Amino acid sequence: MTSPHLVWLLGGVAVILIVASFIGAILRMRLAPDGGNPVIDNLNARINAWWVMVILLAIAFIAGKTGVILLFALCSFAALREFLTLTTHSRADHLSLAAAFFVVLPLQYYLILADWYGLYSVFVPVYVFLLLPVISALRGSPKDFLVRVAETQWALMICVYCVSHVPALLYLQIPGFEGRNVILIAYLIFVVQLSDVLQYVWGKLVGRTKIAPTLSPSKTWEGFVGGALTATAVGTSLWWMTPFSMVQAAGICLILTMMGFFGGLVMSAIKRDRGIKDWGHLIAGHGGFLDRLDSVIFAAPIFFHITRYYWSLT
Amino acid sequence: MGEAISLFARFITAPRAIWQGIEPVRRQRVYFANHSSNGDFVLIWTVLPQPLRRQTRPVAALDYWLTSPLRAFIGRDVFNAVLIDRRPEARTADPVAQMVEALDQGSSLILFPEGQRNSTDAPILPFKSGLYHLARARPDVDLVPVWIANLNKVMPKGEIIPVPLICTLTFGAALHLSPDEPKEVFLERAANALLSLEKAPE
Repeated sequence: MTSPHLVWLLGGVAVILIVASFIGAILRMRLAPDGGNPVIDNLNARINAWWVMVILLAIAFIAGKTGVILLFALCSFAALREFLTLTTHSRADHLSLAAAFFVVLPLQYYLILADWYGLYSVFVPVYVFLLLPVISALRGSPKDFLVRVAETQWALMICVYCVSHVPALLYLQIPGFEGRNVILIAYLIFVVQLSDVLQYVWGKLVGRTKIAPTLSPSKTWEGFVGGALTATAVGTSLWWMTPFSMVQAAGICLILTMMGFFGGLVMSAIKRDRGIKDWGHLIAGHGGFLDRLDSVIFAAPIFFHITRYYWSLT
Repeated sequence: MGEAISLFARFITAPRAIWQGIEPVRRQRVYFANHSSNGDFVLIWTVLPQPLRRQTRPVAALDYWLTSPLRAFIGRDVFNAVLIDRRPEARTADPVAQMVEALDQGSSLILFPEGQRNSTDAPILPFKSGLYHLARARPDVDLVPVWIANLNKVMPKGEIIPVPLICTLTFGAALHLSPDEPKEVFLERAANALLSLEKAPE
């Protein structure tokens, strides 16, 4: 499933990471040779985790469609585990929660694998939405019922439905782009995550005006505009490896960076309400899977539908 | 086999250990924890570093773990549990003597002083006196409170399928029995030490 363009993109990311690792090592030698500087330790932990994530993604790309679907199904599993740890549920929801993990999640990814667009695009928002609360209702216990079923449904939409649209990109049929769909995934993740990183960097350098101080102290207008525009510029310059023209790529990148920002904002609001800083602890330096995926989660379905509607035959 | 069960526990609960009051070092310890699920000791065992794991044995109820061949295999053969009989009328060995013997062989222990799984709304049940007698018999051993959060939701009593949720284990500062400390005072102090970990800071 590899193509020369994918090799170029992954190679470029590897160069960025090598430079970042180098800077991280120099900062540690200069400022805190014995460790003990939390900011530098966190930076280096983040860079190391990026290496792991990029390598896992590359392995999945080499393994083909099944590999990519399996990787994102596992991401969904870890994300759902993080999300449902924080939601309201009672003993009466035990079976519906188990069904969310062991029936809904595998079935959604099976439908992606089977390329059954008509069903996977409505499975969670229609069938699960209507039927999962029935399982909880049958066990009695009306206390907080609406809150319980609504939060579970939200968890499934975010962690399973939205995430599954990343591997679904592999099945679009774009004339003249056959055999290269994996580029769509790499491009989506690259632009969105680059935007995240650049918003952080711009925010640290020139950030003044906070966008939503009650939700996230690190999000500033300067950081957002600077990061989104730089990521859009980089994404646009890569138009030649996508099915899009240069202008189209610019528009799409703008939408991706906006959606990514919205994802971070909304997920921050949830974290803030539940009184936590990170969703989990499994990705060293970053927090949980949802901390890393929040922007991709919001961008993926929109990117999928725009590309499908305007470029795909199916 | 133990590793496989441990790996499964990791897959379901992604357990996270917070070493708040002590460090995970090689010292002889009695870890005492709240008891809400039969997976409790597996989780403590899972988050201990490898070298500590091998010398740590759970204390479990013989009258539960020997009731089926599978339970007996997991409890006795896989996790090498110190099996004590909760029924005074039926037992042939003194539970405290059994625990002391295990300590004297160099093992650390995992103990659930509530004596049974807590399926009430109260955070913990009153402690049985075993912890006190153990502390009096071997006063030098560290008594370490461990608060296990969320496992009761992963697998409540009576459910068959576990729901994957993240569990946190908070290890508090070690306790020791003070000379002349009465039983009730000590048990209350131990229970409070455990409860204070429930709302552990991030």
